[in-house]
Amino acid sequence: MMRDLSRPILLAVSGLLAAMIVLPMGWLLVVSLTDKEGAATLANFVALFTDPTFVEPLITTLIIACSVSAICCLVAAPLGWLVARTDMPLAGIVRTLVMASLVTPPFVGAIAWEMLAAPNSGLLNQLWRLVSGMPSDEALFDIYSLTGLIFVISCYTFPYVFILVANALDRMPGELEDASSMLGAKTWQTARHVTVPLALPTLLAGALVAFLQALNLFGSPAILAIPAGFHTLTTRIWSLFQFPPKPELAAAASVPLLVLTILLLRAQAAVLGRRGYAVLGGKYGAPRPIRLGWGKGPAVALALFVLAMPLFLPYAALFNSAFSRVASRLVTPETITLHNVRFTFLELSSTMPALKNTFLLATASATLGALLALLIAYIVARKAVPGHRLLAFLATAPLAIPGIVLGVGLFLAYTRPPLALYGTLWILLIAFVTIELPAAYQQLGSAFHAVHPELEEAGRMLGATRLRTLADITAPLLRSAVIATWCFIFVATIRELSAAVILFTSETKVLSVLIFDLKESGDVGAIAVLSLSMVAITTIVIAAANRLHVRPQMRPAT
Amino acid sequence: MRRRSLIAAGLLLPFGARVLSAAPPPQAVTVELVEAAKKEGKVTYYTAMDLSVAEPMARAFEAKFPGIKVAVERTGAERLFNRIGQEVGSNIKRVDVVNSSDAAHFIVWKRQGWLEPFLTLDMAENLPASQRDADAAFVNQRTHLSAIAYNSSLVKPEDAPKGFNDLLDPKYVGKLVKGHPGYSGTIMTATQQLAKALGWEYFEKLSKQKVLQVQSATEPPKRIEAGERAIAVDGSDYLFWMARERGAPIEVVHAVEGTPQISNPMAIFKAAPNPNAARLLVAWIMSAEGQQFIVSLSGQYPAHRLVKAKAGRPELASIKTLPEDPAEVEKNAEDIKTRYQRLFKV
Repeated sequence: MMRDLSRPILLAVSGLLAAMIVLPMGWLLVVSLTDKEGAATLANFVALFTDPTFVEPLITTLIIACSVSAICCLVAAPLGWLVARTDMPLAGIVRTLVMASLVTPPFVGAIAWEMLAAPNSGLLNQLWRLVSGMPSDEALFDIYSLTGLIFVISCYTFPYVFILVANALDRMPGELEDASSMLGAKTWQTARHVTVPLALPTLLAGALVAFLQALNLFGSPAILAIPAGFHTLTTRIWSLFQFPPKPELAAAASVPLLVLTILLLRAQAAVLGRRGYAVLGGKYGAPRPIRLGWGKGPAVALALFVLAMPLFLPYAALFNSAFSRVASRLVTPETITLHNVRFTFLELSSTMPALKNTFLLATASATLGALLALLIAYIVARKAVPGHRLLAFLATAPLAIPGIVLGVGLFLAYTRPPLALYGTLWILLIAFVTIELPAAYQQLGSAFHAVHPELEEAGRMLGATRLRTLADITAPLLRSAVIATWCFIFVATIRELSAAVILFTSETKVLSVLIFDLKESGDVGAIAVLSLSMVAITTIVIAAANRLHVRPQMRPAT
Repeated sequence: MRRRSLIAAGLLLPFGARVLSAAPPPQAVTVELVEAAKKEGKVTYYTAMDLSVAEPMARAFEAKFPGIKVAVERTGAERLFNRIGQEVGSNIKRVDVVNSSDAAHFIVWKRQGWLEPFLTLDMAENLPASQRDADAAFVNQRTHLSAIAYNSSLVKPEDAPKGFNDLLDPKYVGKLVKGHPGYSGTIMTATQQLAKALGWEYFEKLSKQKVLQVQSATEPPKRIEAGERAIAVDGSDYLFWMARERGAPIEVVHAVEGTPQISNPMAIFKAAPNPNAARLLVAWIMSAEGQQFIVSLSGQYPAHRLVKAKAGRPELASIKTLPEDPAEVEKNAEDIKTRYQRLFKV
């Protein structure tokens, strides 16, 4: 046992996590509790909680997060069930398209929805005026509003919940439902008493992910809330970093978020902890699809309608804008122009460096992050080292930290010796891996929940080391979860804006920051071209990774 | 020329009293400089100018001096100031040349000793004293205005505002768009000038007009062209004109109260990683050729004596402008941002 290599590796992982999370957060806490001269004080907290320009954004943010979480579950659960458990036509395509909508960075989605639903120039509003004769200074949709913002955030958050739900339903053994039907239960009774309870933990996890995503999101609020004249917590914190920067206030502003998130995570653990969900043994039957009958048509229509929100409509608007001089006008054969494409690729000097940095960082973050999440999920699920609870806490802790605050923590921690990483791609890599770790860990953690330890125990009893067991038994069982996690981090890194916006320098600019810069000067044509190219390349990478997704035992024998 | 000496009088106010100049002797643009610049092979140009002008200008320089790549880093002047402060504070040497629409920043950078004085023979001869710092720490690259403008397909000329006070009319509620002084140097400078001329009560009333708040002074022109709002309270005038010249229904209004005027200084950083390419870039932009490029493309007002303003644009001397006072902006920038945020909520 002493020769088992696993212990040093596990310790190294713990150390790495500490450096990634404890160091920047430690600096943040120190900074939040000191004044400008460095003396200890609580004045920052007093200043915040007596200041309406902080309390209002806090309330707004809670409204947004609750609404988004509820909307996401309401949309994702039925859609996930339709796709994973029924014979709905086009299920595969719908699933792929929901995943594809995840490729869209939320801030790009927000910009696209501006093109669609800005009160005056929005294409949908123009169309409605044309159809209904509504006067020119009235609007059907106003995207610059709280409801507009909640809608747009939900569009690009529900895919997370959907994927969690659909994956969980995939993994759920069909036998249980079969048993239920054989005992005479109707379809909906099976769904209610078997499928839903089994999927509930995942849905709860999904609700939590959606809540935290909405809580910590920076890009969409920055694009929609500021023109509308209100702040969310993240945009308010960001505004504290504009000149003259007030990191002490921003650090203090993140503490309520931290506390709230820890409470939520504890609540989730309490709910999940009471039941055992090891439903995946060595082998299981493929789930049997439920027949929808006459419901097929409405089901497909519903799925396509949902997909129009994050996907069809925004991309139509982006394509229109990419080939139009003015985004508010529909392209016609006479007005179509390559001006934006030329500008983006031939004139804009940031395009190529940003593309290069982005894909380099996304690949590195995905690989590193998936490995790290796998190790941690394993340690925690199998209680492999004393103190594994601390590891689980560290791996989920970044959820509690808005990317923008983590960015500042990293900025504070890594602009000084011994690791002066600011200005290099390394600091962005640390930021991205840290930010995506919780979601990656949760994905792999729930996958581990579903793998019964008896298989590993068998391996260990037959003399294999922990690592050997992990590599030979656990990893193959988790193969699709690991690949999904890799893709997830890859995409999430490309979408990441809030930490990058603090940590970039002119030579380490990434695509998201470039788009944000372009947004602030209103260059929507170039944004459309960049977004579409980015999405095209990402899709190719994901498609390639998904070719590995096919499980070996499901390959037809040849 | 007489007008230009007024333009930058404010810019140079803090140095007006100075008798001794720390300016280095003017240099010629030598073959050695060009060779040294080519050896460096690149130059990083931080600017607040709209990309539709800055990037073509960079490409023109690259065409003139093959082998030197210009990386244009564009954002709002206030962001640039923050970024540069962060980078210098962390000992990161990236910026070679900086050019922005907030002249106050150059006072700060100069005082901190971050700027490298530089003057070519051509600049010494052809830039009026009003267009350059007495110690050659910076020069005024060009001048533009922050003008009111409207989309004439949404507002009839007879209904159009004549000035800033007209914008308070209830009929314009929900029809206005404006930039943000926390982002844009143009808007910061304009806000200081307007607050001085009309008082903060003006902005208090304006904030009740349901203004669409964007960031950059380069965005209102794009928003009114798209028809999202009918009237721009402020914005870089050259973009209104450029849109109009390619056929967009845009009319520029020079306010009866006076139009804010914005000079755009440019300087080389002492810690520039590409000092020779930086000198060559500044020398070229300030030469008659570089200045002509900016004028032909955008019609901004040049600093160079031998370059004429763009035909078809109103002469600067014919426009009633508000006095520019960078020293005041420097002193009050934080107060201006705080007051503005309190009124406009963001």
